[in-house]
Amino acid sequence: MKKRKSLLLSVVSVMLVFLLSGCEMAELVVFNPKGPQAEKILDLINWSLVWIGLIMVVVIALFVYIVWKYRARPDNADYEPPQEKGNHLVEIIWTAIPFIIVVILMVPTVTTLFDLEEVPAGYEDQEPLVIHATSADWKWIFSYPEQNIETINYVNIPVNRPVLFKLTSAGTMQSFWIPALSGQKYTMAKMETELYIVADHEGSYFGRNSNFNGKGFKEMEFEVLAQSPQDFDKWVKEVQEKAPKLTEEMYAEKLKPSHLGRETFSNTHLEWVDHADHHAKEYLNPELYRVHGYPGKTFTDENNDIDNDTENSDHHHGGDHSGH
Amino acid sequence: MDIKWDKILITGDPLILGSQIAIVLTMVGIVVGLTYFKKWKYLWSEWLTSVDHKRIGIMYIIMGVLMFFRGGVDGLMMKAQTAVPENTFLDAQHYNEVFTTHGVIMILFMAMPMLIGIINIAMPLQIGARDVAFPQLNLLSFWLTFAGAMLFNLSFVVGGSPDAGWTSYFPLAGKEFTPGIGNNFYMVALQIAGIGTLMSGINFIVTIMKMRAPGMKLMRMPMFSWTTLITSLIIVIAFPIFTVALLLGTMDRIFGTHFFTVADGGLDMLWANLFWLWGHPEVYIVILPAFGIYSEVVATFSKKRLYGYTSMVMAIVVISALSMLVWVHHFYTMGVGPAVNSVFSITTMAIAVPTGIKMFNWLFTMRKGRIEFTAPMMWTLAFIPTFLIGGVTGVMLGMAAADFQYHNTLFLVAHFHYTLIPGVVYAVFAALYYWWPKVFGFKLNERIGKWHFWLFNIGFNLTFFPMFFLGLQGAARRMYTYSEESGLWPLYALSAVGAIFLAAGFAALCYNIYWSIRYEKRTTENDPWGTARTLEWATATPVPHYNFAVVPEVTDVDAYWEMKKNKDNFALDPNKIKPIHMPSNSGLPVYMGAAFLIAGFFLVFEWIPLAAISAFLIFAGMIKRSFEYDDGYYVPVEEIIEKERTWRGDSKWKAK
Ligand code: HEM
Ligand SMILES: [Cu+2]
Repeated sequence: MKKRKSLLLSVVSVMLVFLLSGCEMAELVVFNPKGPQAEKILDLINWSLVWIGLIMVVVIALFVYIVWKYRARPDNADYEPPQEKGNHLVEIIWTAIPFIIVVILMVPTVTTLFDLEEVPAGYEDQEPLVIHATSADWKWIFSYPEQNIETINYVNIPVNRPVLFKLTSAGTMQSFWIPALSGQKYTMAKMETELYIVADHEGSYFGRNSNFNGKGFKEMEFEVLAQSPQDFDKWVKEVQEKAPKLTEEMYAEKLKPSHLGRETFSNTHLEWVDHADHHAKEYLNPELYRVHGYPGKTFTDENNDIDNDTENSDHHHGGDHSGH
Repeated sequence: MDIKWDKILITGDPLILGSQIAIVLTMVGIVVGLTYFKKWKYLWSEWLTSVDHKRIGIMYIIMGVLMFFRGGVDGLMMKAQTAVPENTFLDAQHYNEVFTTHGVIMILFMAMPMLIGIINIAMPLQIGARDVAFPQLNLLSFWLTFAGAMLFNLSFVVGGSPDAGWTSYFPLAGKEFTPGIGNNFYMVALQIAGIGTLMSGINFIVTIMKMRAPGMKLMRMPMFSWTTLITSLIIVIAFPIFTVALLLGTMDRIFGTHFFTVADGGLDMLWANLFWLWGHPEVYIVILPAFGIYSEVVATFSKKRLYGYTSMVMAIVVISALSMLVWVHHFYTMGVGPAVNSVFSITTMAIAVPTGIKMFNWLFTMRKGRIEFTAPMMWTLAFIPTFLIGGVTGVMLGMAAADFQYHNTLFLVAHFHYTLIPGVVYAVFAALYYWWPKVFGFKLNERIGKWHFWLFNIGFNLTFFPMFFLGLQGAARRMYTYSEESGLWPLYALSAVGAIFLAAGFAALCYNIYWSIRYEKRTTENDPWGTARTLEWATATPVPHYNFAVVPEVTDVDAYWEMKKNKDNFALDPNKIKPIHMPSNSGLPVYMGAAFLIAGFFLVFEWIPLAAISAFLIFAGMIKRSFEYDDGYYVPVEEIIEKERTWRGDSKWKAK
């Protein structure tokens, strides 16, 4: 018994140390939203926590009460428990109550789901800024078709203006996630998904791919900088004037599995390929993914450059591939 | 065919080299040991070729314990790697391999074999049968599962481990992004094991439908047998989907088709859908037998009939139906639209209702009972609050809009460990402690059992509770490391401390098994717990190979409890004993397992001609089987009388 107590003590003290060093600990970003989409989700989460807390309290109280009260003691050794079969009324009650709680949680879930697909309330009067986010191993490529600029591994957006991210991937499946601003959505090759985001505070936010995609997965992060509209416009202008042009050869090189720093260009890769298009050209490099172990055959090399109809790529933007 | 001999063994990594040496030494040790003690024949004729369901069950459980060790070491390696920021113990590639093998091994080669082993031991006894319906098929199931597990484990030292996660999502798992043969191991090994599992499912269904003791209507069947029936149904419905998915995946990887590729119109989401169409039912395949185990244990040690038997049966039927209708909740984030997500949110959250019914029924079984804190009961009690956490966080994840923030994070990892560990591992522990004396004739030690219990429980909560918060801090799952600035380290470190306790808990279990084999008091009492209720406790301990000398008549649920109440003192009229027909042992399943292993190995290495040739080994075995006319044998009456007399005592030999 003594031993067990000292064990418990050491565990508790370890926990205390961690709590006291709490200043170094990351905040719970999901509980600290910086935009209406993440706020809506947080409202839903909080609502669920209330009900779930209630369930936990009731069940655990019942559990502790029953286990304590009906424990075997030396003085009840002759007690013969009744062999009850059940009770319809009680059983109906504990079917009905969880059912009601499920409905209570379901209704706001559905409304939130529909809300998240649209420009957040209060921002409908503004034209959303369209940004194509393309994920590749292991970097994020952001194209601003209207501004005709492209960035890698960072994305600047104007504060308080809706942004429509059109998501696709050049290869593996990934997930676009900026926890402070909104929930995540997958990026898939030859498909397009859409995500509306508004940042209602200026600042720098953390974004990442949350869907595992191989060796460089951990490093697949990006920065979202929400700027005042003036700063944003200034930045766009500067990029348009000063940043170099991206060429298809350079682009193909960047799509190879690698880690890149931040990069900026004064045109976009949408000129020659939109990976969301069903017939988009592929930039696959299976040989560059070799790791230790026995090498297997690869098959894709020979059809690397079929189906390259660049002139079509423009009117595939915003197509209806999002339904996949 | 071009064999690169120099690349077959993995070289240049100290961890892997260590394992290679350890494996060779262990194998040499086993061979030498068996030869020295002259145990080859015993092993072959009493175990490897035995069609006795109890022995097959024991072999499954031994395999499950070994795989738990392997999967657990994987888990510890991950915890060690993420204990401090920027750690370099494992690099990204290794970490990816480790979580992939951990997930696959824990679910398919630990949880499944453990539960199928326990089913094998307990279910035929509970329904008063002498074996399963197809004893030789049962042995084949075991050997295919074993062959699959061996092939999969081989990947660590030969050829390279799979590294695309236990979900093996395409296109990542395709040749375009993982050109090594690692993921071939996944496709082929799981296919082989899956065939074995599917046959087990069929076998159990037929056994339950056809071989129940007279008077045991379906609604008088013990709850564990009920859950076995439903689990087997899900196996038969869901596993063929996985079979097809793996086949398509194999074609993509080995023969260059384009089902799931980026190139040439492959559909990556098709894999995700097929995988989870099997994968979600799969988690219920492992959880339902666990529910059955808890139902037996809670009734036995509360000294009460299971509360709400009918609603318990209805609940598992509803759960099994719903389990097929929720698979999309694993990819709410694929942008399929709010309407579809709403539908799958509803089906997902609806599962909470029947699960809640079960929870309350267990609680009310204990109410007005006399609760004894034996080891199996302790695990059952611990299950209730911890699984509750797993369940309510499951509801949170089921709310699609909220899932957009939890998906792919450590919140999810915490959730499914809170369902799988209390839901499966605790149940396996409860079952081991509960049925151990029935199988071996001695209990596992209760005092060491308490150590096992507390270490494992503290460790489990300490390891996984912090992960909920890590997820909310934005930590994605499957990250091999994290930066110091991210501020994630305190909780990661706390979680790593917990893993040490978990390991100690597992060690305590192993020590308990060792200690109890050596020192624990032997018993031949048929009901060593004293309060058992179901038929498996109505025969000798350890159970004779024919199970029951005379098949008992059943008049109610809790057949054995009724017998005790009716003061049936196990008098047996020797004149009623007839010779018992039993199946003979067979070496063919061992051969088939080996043939599948060899063919599978060649297929994994893409040596197609060799694989094709060895496929004939498989066909040869099937042909041999079709020409077998072994009708089994009869256990003579004298042998039965001899056995029964020893445990019933001489006084009970007068006719009633
Ligand atoms: C024994 C102690 C265990 C420990 C320390 C442990 C630890 C872990 C860790 C650290 C991860 C990966 C987290 C990440 O994404 O980086 C993980 C993943 C996983 N674990 Fe466990 N685990 C344990 C037991 C189990 C059991 C009993 C099961 C199943 C019955 C299980 C099933 C899984 C699965 C399916 C994954 C996901 C693998 C993937 O991402 O592909 N684990 N576990
Ligand atoms: Cu699921």
